[in-house]
Amino acid sequence: MHIPDGYLGPITFVIMYLIMIPIWLYAGHKVQKSLKSRQVPYLALAAAFSFVIMMFNVPIPGGSTGHAVGSALVAIILGPWAAVVTTSVALLIQCLLFGDGGVTAFGANCFNMGVVIPLIAYYAYKLISGNTLITSNLRIAAAAIAGYLGISVAAGVAGFEMGLQPILEHTAAGVPLYMPYGLGVTVPAMLFEHMVFFSFVEAIVTALAFAYIARNSPEIIFDYETEQGKKEKAARKAAPA
Amino acid sequence: MDKNVKVFVIALAVLVVLCPLGLLAVGTAYGEWGPDDIKDMIGYVPTGLEQLSSLYSAPLADYDFPGGHDTAPAAAPGYYVSAIIGVVLCAGIIYVAGKAIARNI
Repeated sequence: MHIPDGYLGPITFVIMYLIMIPIWLYAGHKVQKSLKSRQVPYLALAAAFSFVIMMFNVPIPGGSTGHAVGSALVAIILGPWAAVVTTSVALLIQCLLFGDGGVTAFGANCFNMGVVIPLIAYYAYKLISGNTLITSNLRIAAAAIAGYLGISVAAGVAGFEMGLQPILEHTAAGVPLYMPYGLGVTVPAMLFEHMVFFSFVEAIVTALAFAYIARNSPEIIFDYETEQGKKEKAARKAAPA
Repeated sequence: MDKNVKVFVIALAVLVVLCPLGLLAVGTAYGEWGPDDIKDMIGYVPTGLEQLSSLYSAPLADYDFPGGHDTAPAAAPGYYVSAIIGVVLCAGIIYVAGKAIARNI
């Protein structure tokens, strides 16, 4: 899903940078406001995890490949705004050092993988989990569905950005200047590849890691303490001393 | 070191050790083809795509040493070095920046 240089024309990549600037500032602000010193190692490990999980390319029939992104897991464990920051840093290193994802497309790639996945995944997880115990199986299913949905929607959005190019940027004669395939090709192609294959990889990675963390170190999970606090309050209300 | 952090560091190290498995996938991801692939697919290279695609060359392009390697065993050393550099840089940048802005609790 790392869009290279040359696929998006200036109209699209400039707009994607303009969209990302306030999101980066807001995410940085949110993280700074709540970040405690002892949480910093988790944030650092999350960025490194995102980086390395994206190196596990998975082949699919037809000669294409893809990979999990890991930002659904980071969003559930450390919060969606922390995931925006950690995924953006991983994407920056991938782009500058390893040429994975274009310099011009960096804003778009951060939006697709670093904003769409974390936000969709986090809210899907919260919605499905409700008030269940942190160790409940429903939460593991919620994590799997969150990963699946997050990366599937992001793939559709990436397909949409690429598919807009023949409409937005072409020569006077109508020859595409950038991504040559239109929306009718790119969106179904990206959705199909992900919903049939790669989204399951993201779902499995998210669910397995979440299950381990929920059972062994639930205290590090984002808003675990607030959820606990709410429950205690509700219990006190229900049974006045 | 915090017990949780230790477990995650070990898990991360295992992922780095296993990362050359990602080299077994041959092929190109959708929409990440090079200009030559596009020429094979549609018969021409869109001019804007051709210009922008050579805008920037990364020092370790494709997670490999310069020159590139075709087989997984030949590409593995570059892949390992890339994984280690990437992991250390990602964790390092966030750690240093995080410690600078975090509240001391």
